[in-house]
Amino acid sequence: MQTPAPFEYERATSLEGALASLQRLGPSARVIAGGHSLLPMMKLRLATPEHLVDINDLTALAFIRADGDEIAIGALTRHAELLDSELLAEHFPIFRDAENVIADPVVRNRGTIGGSLCQADAAEDLSAVCTACKAKVVIHGPGGARTVAIDDFHLGPYTTAVADGEILTEIRLPLRAAAGSAHEKLERRAGDWAIAAASVAVWMDGGIIADAGVALGAVGLTTIHLSRAEELLRGKPPSDDLIAQAGEIAASDCSPMSDGRGPVDYKRHLAGVLTGRALRRAVARALHQEA
Amino acid sequence: MELSIEINGERVARDVEARTLLVHFIRDTPGLTGTHWGCDTSNCGACVVLMDGTPIKSCTTLAVMCEGHEIRTVESLEVDGVLDPVQQGFHETHALHCGFCTPGMLMTARALLDQNPDPTEHEIRTAISGAICRCTGYKNIVAAIRWAAEHSRQEV
Repeated sequence: MQTPAPFEYERATSLEGALASLQRLGPSARVIAGGHSLLPMMKLRLATPEHLVDINDLTALAFIRADGDEIAIGALTRHAELLDSELLAEHFPIFRDAENVIADPVVRNRGTIGGSLCQADAAEDLSAVCTACKAKVVIHGPGGARTVAIDDFHLGPYTTAVADGEILTEIRLPLRAAAGSAHEKLERRAGDWAIAAASVAVWMDGGIIADAGVALGAVGLTTIHLSRAEELLRGKPPSDDLIAQAGEIAASDCSPMSDGRGPVDYKRHLAGVLTGRALRRAVARALHQEA
Repeated sequence: MELSIEINGERVARDVEARTLLVHFIRDTPGLTGTHWGCDTSNCGACVVLMDGTPIKSCTTLAVMCEGHEIRTVESLEVDGVLDPVQQGFHETHALHCGFCTPGMLMTARALLDQNPDPTEHEIRTAISGAICRCTGYKNIVAAIRWAAEHSRQEV
């Protein structure tokens, strides 16, 4: 029987109240929302917070909306809502790709985007998706809100820029012209963690890739931002040769570990293949040529 | 801490530790053992119950998180001796063998049909993809849910 270690529980009724609780309780407190990352960690006693602050009633943090030249997603938005969102599917189809293969529909009813990002597991899909989309995140603390680029959000395995006493509240995705995006994941069985996953976003200017975002999941200690692949792609027309070169960079710039999901050379191979597939699909979507 | 949850329309109150998982609260307090405690890791789906009509895994939900919400378990399906169409469908198409996954399958199916009364086979297979059955190979479970879609409660 898996049971978390004892802890004190309180339910927040406002963001200000939750922040005050976290401030008062200090580093032994954790925020809980869907609980589908934190509770398994607590059941395995890998996490032993002494206080949980439940933010499920803060429904003002559950939204997906266009806000100026960005799409804003509240941290409490459930995976199921991300999957169903037509607004997100229109501008960032990469989210629907990913959400279709994150856990299963029942888990997706509870798990949240904020929880997924804050778990900061290298195999977690939305961290790679948000990295490819060049997202920013909004973190609220006692002194107000601060905005952090996604590259500065993930500090290491299971470690983020969210400090004690702070709460991730919002994810912001910049809207840019002629965008296309895709997520490719290979898993051993439906709903499993990735063996490897690749997220790609491109922004076209005519037939040229004006800018690109490329990230890998599950093939390193953290989400891997493939800036070398982005530099390669920038300013070039997409071609089979270019896609192959981006795949080679992905295979070489990741650092997978051998485990039950496969050996290192297999995962490197997958990183290259999946990056190529995601890139091809992202470009096709940007050019409205998806098969 | 004192906890009071509405389960199948009835108030259930008990002093619990905050770490009590919903699956254990349901099985131990009102003694509703129809909800099965399976893998304990949110993989198998045997523990699925409905929270405000939405299927959730009760092994990965704290009981204290459910205060103010309505929980519905497999025991609520049959009313006055009449089976819910999903239960009757499982009977008609022989959709269970050992029965361990069945309560979670039934509740997942009930929630699907409440949302989508006429699901395709693909939609059914997607909906139950968070529930594992090691006996049936799923074929008869899919057939049972289709059977339920085609029969109203009055016809059961």
